[in-house]
Amino acid sequence: MNKFIFSDCTSVDAALSQMTGGAVVKAGGVDVLDRMKNGVIEPAKLVNITNIPSLRGIHETDTGVRLGALVTLAELGDHPLLQSQYTVLADAAGHAATPQIRNAATLGGNLMQKVHCWYYRSSDFACLRKGHDMCFAYDGLNQYHAIFDTNVCPSVAPSSTAVALNALNASVELTSTKGKRLVPVREFYIKPDDKHPTMETVIAPDELLTAVLIPKPAAGTRSAYQKYGEKSSYDWAIADAGVVLEMQGDVCRKAAIVMGAASPTPRLAVEAAALLVGKPITEETARAAGLAAMQGATPLSMNAYKVQLFPVAIYRTILLAAGKMDRDPSAAG
Amino acid sequence: MADNGQFTGDGESSATTGVPEGTAKSNISRRGFLRGAGITAASTALIDGVQLLHREAAAETTKGNAHVRELGPGPVPVTLNVNGTEHVVQIEPRTTLADALRTHLGMTGTKVVCDHGACSGCTVTLDKVPVNSCMTLAIEVGSRRIGTIEGIAQNGQLHPLQVAFVKHDAMQCGFCTPGMVMSCSALLERNPKPTLADVKKAVSGNLCRCATYPKVFAATLEAAGVAPEKSIS
Repeated sequence: MNKFIFSDCTSVDAALSQMTGGAVVKAGGVDVLDRMKNGVIEPAKLVNITNIPSLRGIHETDTGVRLGALVTLAELGDHPLLQSQYTVLADAAGHAATPQIRNAATLGGNLMQKVHCWYYRSSDFACLRKGHDMCFAYDGLNQYHAIFDTNVCPSVAPSSTAVALNALNASVELTSTKGKRLVPVREFYIKPDDKHPTMETVIAPDELLTAVLIPKPAAGTRSAYQKYGEKSSYDWAIADAGVVLEMQGDVCRKAAIVMGAASPTPRLAVEAAALLVGKPITEETARAAGLAAMQGATPLSMNAYKVQLFPVAIYRTILLAAGKMDRDPSAAG
Repeated sequence: MADNGQFTGDGESSATTGVPEGTAKSNISRRGFLRGAGITAASTALIDGVQLLHREAAAETTKGNAHVRELGPGPVPVTLNVNGTEHVVQIEPRTTLADALRTHLGMTGTKVVCDHGACSGCTVTLDKVPVNSCMTLAIEVGSRRIGTIEGIAQNGQLHPLQVAFVKHDAMQCGFCTPGMVMSCSALLERNPKPTLADVKKAVSGNLCRCATYPKVFAATLEAAGVAPEKSIS
């Protein structure tokens, strides 16, 4: 790890004043230190934001809930209000990584973490996503990569809380010296394109992610998140699903289904959700939705198995959200 | 950055069980010898004190903003409260807590295995909450109390969890054991009567390549005075 100046800030204004000249913001540090240890980034300055009190706390408001950027994954997973009314988020945070990481990793950091493609994370590969010429995953090892939007960089969205927040139609609060703006999570992440292959979010270099706002769920809302992986803990998902259902009696009035490890950004499965609306949630409708979510998939040389796995993850998570199936014992986390 | 010669000598086994070094059967342990040959841990604070006098004022500036403290990139004095004792170490901001403990304070009971937060071999507690010391900068610990494997035994008496680990032979190579003990002791602190599922969740981040998990579960449940469940694995 390179030497750096540690700029310890105790206010948002102070942190914003330090975010110049290639400085990197550090919250829990799990993702930033990992990339520094791998030599992928070598920042001259780390802006430490963990001592900013205003970025902490889970606050219930008239319109929903406000989560400070420094709320840890453990706090999200253990919070009674989130477990009962925003289950998809508590599930996603509470099953991410390991207990030790959940105790340190923050919501803001989880949303801002970079992709985990092994070519991206290695300083030995000058890849497209890091601003160079080529993607090594296409002709290389791509078993954990995307099955949608694979045309530029097929690394997958790494954040499980982003999947949940997308399903809940939450927004992130971005703060700069010019003020604050709210961006829906559904518009926060950018699919890599040929012109801007390194951009992952719409956040500007002078902006700090300060909070997440989730609208109050409508009456009858139920939700769930499940992930599937090679290991039962620590690992990132190879297929995961966040599901939010608005139920009226037995009938589904509104649905959001989001996949994480399918695409470079969390993918809202619009066609799949549409199949549930106006119908009771049954094994049959849930299976049909899972299959519909795979329309247009373009798997790579080593990951066609994901086209089989995602429908299972989706249909089991729909049934879990609807209260018609227990948590899958073979799910990870 | 696992140290060399990790499978030899009394020093390693005593560090693994948390028994203070030098109390093992041999008076000269491998680690004791290495320490004696180099800078001793006991003199670290003294050296830091001397270096402090020579520290350049530029190492810490506020730039007129009371809400910013700039530290480094060179060594700066950092106070760490480890197992109830305050130590001042002179470290660069890039020093992880694991490195500060092992290299600067000579407390080698905490193991660094993957150095990326993937195995939890380096687990310590901060205000009783288990974290990866390899993914924590020492400079950001602040006033939080650090708990390490060296502080688990009290007054020369093994912690009930350590006794149970010995009884159940809950280790094979032993490299994950300090992290396992830290995870399980933190669990018992917040939940004195855990279920098997609670124990499994508590060590779900602790990677044991020898696969000694069933014995860790049995040892932890016994230390808690909880009857083992029918199927422990």
